[in-house]
Amino acid sequence: MRTRTWIAWLFMAPTLVAMAVIVFWPLLQAFIWTATDIDRSNMGTMFKGPSWEFVGLDNYIDALNDPRFQQAFTWTIVWTLVNVFFHFVIGLLLAVILNQKLRGRTAFRLLLLVPWAIPIYISAIGWSFIFNGEFGLLNNLTALFGIGRTAWYSEFPWYYVMPIIVNVWAGVPFMMVALLGGLQGIPQDQYEAAKVDGASRWQSFWNITMPGLRSVSTMVVLLGMIWTFNLFAVIWFTTRGGPAGKTNILVTYAFEVFNQGELATAATYGVIIFSILIVFSLFYRRLSPDAT
Amino acid sequence: MTEPRYIKWGSYAVLVVAAVFAVFPAIWVFASSFKVESEVFSTRVELIGPSGITFDNYQFLLSRGDFVQWFINSAIVAIAVTVIGVLLSATAAYGLSRYRFRARGMALYIFLVAQMFPGVILLVPLFRIFADAGLIDHLLALVIAYSTIAIPFSVLMLKAYFDTIPIDLEEAGMVDGLGVFGAFWRIVLPLSVPGIAVTAFYSFITAWNEFMLASAFLVSRSNLTLPVGLGTFTDQFNQPWHILAAASVIITIPVMIFFFLAQRYLISGLQTGGVKG
Repeated sequence: MRTRTWIAWLFMAPTLVAMAVIVFWPLLQAFIWTATDIDRSNMGTMFKGPSWEFVGLDNYIDALNDPRFQQAFTWTIVWTLVNVFFHFVIGLLLAVILNQKLRGRTAFRLLLLVPWAIPIYISAIGWSFIFNGEFGLLNNLTALFGIGRTAWYSEFPWYYVMPIIVNVWAGVPFMMVALLGGLQGIPQDQYEAAKVDGASRWQSFWNITMPGLRSVSTMVVLLGMIWTFNLFAVIWFTTRGGPAGKTNILVTYAFEVFNQGELATAATYGVIIFSILIVFSLFYRRLSPDAT
Repeated sequence: MTEPRYIKWGSYAVLVVAAVFAVFPAIWVFASSFKVESEVFSTRVELIGPSGITFDNYQFLLSRGDFVQWFINSAIVAIAVTVIGVLLSATAAYGLSRYRFRARGMALYIFLVAQMFPGVILLVPLFRIFADAGLIDHLLALVIAYSTIAIPFSVLMLKAYFDTIPIDLEEAGMVDGLGVFGAFWRIVLPLSVPGIAVTAFYSFITAWNEFMLASAFLVSRSNLTLPVGLGTFTDQFNQPWHILAAASVIITIPVMIFFFLAQRYLISGLQTGGVKG
């Protein structure tokens, strides 16, 4: 490793400048604005100066007391945990299966990657067509089997279940590929040794496979949590937060508020979302030292 | 190894079910894009309707100047972001991978944390900055924003990848008269194709898919990108599924091509780089 630091800084300079201007400076501004009542009407235009004022912590207090915010918060947590759970379990099952010597393995792997190769908002649009109440494939199929039609968009609990199905579909391939990479890194002779000692498959799985996947798993679960928590497109392009805002996650709710011109409130939600993720990842790193 | 039979057949059963679930929605939308309107809005379950295959939906889209324009806009933004994003993150990742300096751990941590920024937190201040810079309703605003947003993941990914390339190779190159930048350009980058493929795909996808910032920063109809433009086709009461299906196919094709070309690299790149952190 080299120590001529000025060259290192030279390599990093363009990126650092870009990050400073487009990420860190705006972030600082957003933090400041959470202490103001800035909105579209008082932010100032080229004809009149800005007229917003500092309001201290009011925005945070309002957010925590806003039932819509609380609802979005709870649903975001459920949404994240349920999605990542299914991504991981299904991804792991498929990875273990694909890690065997099976005929047609490559073909199956390619087919299973298809959801990953489709832009996420296109997947969401396609699935909302499939879930459509009147002409959707799913209801047409259930009607065919005499089960009757489901109002996926307005009936509890289906408006919660539907976006989860879409996102599980979209997110499994990434987990599968990552875990498959982890599996291939486990030395085969460990399994041979376990077999000689009379271990069952199930025992080998828990005592060799799972520990061998530990570092990969901690990393992808952390990444998955962060991505899913912030995943705007699936909710926006399926339920659009409806019915009556019930399926809004924090980011879609914040965007809605931004579109209503409530800049300070939207910035406050952004800061809260960011803080939750930071606190979560700090705890997570402490609990699992293997994570980067 | 002798496998019990039930494991083999059980594995195939799971794979078949999973593959059908993975592929069928895509096939259904693809098939719908070739149906006439009345057969898309129908309760029948069939891939090809009684009237056969029609290209009307595609013709409708491609004859609309706005859709073609959005496609071009999205392509310009995505390609620019891919090039800029890869260049910036590759140089930064090289600095982080090859040099030891005081703020290094801090810099790595900042890139990790930066991945947690929800786009919505940048929305408000960036809107202001681009307004001041006169960049509202310009594609350049999106290129700048997306390139920067894609950087943190790309830097971590490429840094991990560069770490796996022995430094001796560069030193040998320098003995032969290459400078630091020469060694980076001629030796490290060509050896990092898998890592770069992942980064390029990630940057491209980030730009091709982004909706929130684009919908806030773009105003005129002719300047929209595909996700925002497509949104204008639908409202609460009208969803032209036959048109949306055709648009979905057109929008997905470039990504699919990119994905399956880069697929081999994506997998090895992800396995050496991103995942092992």
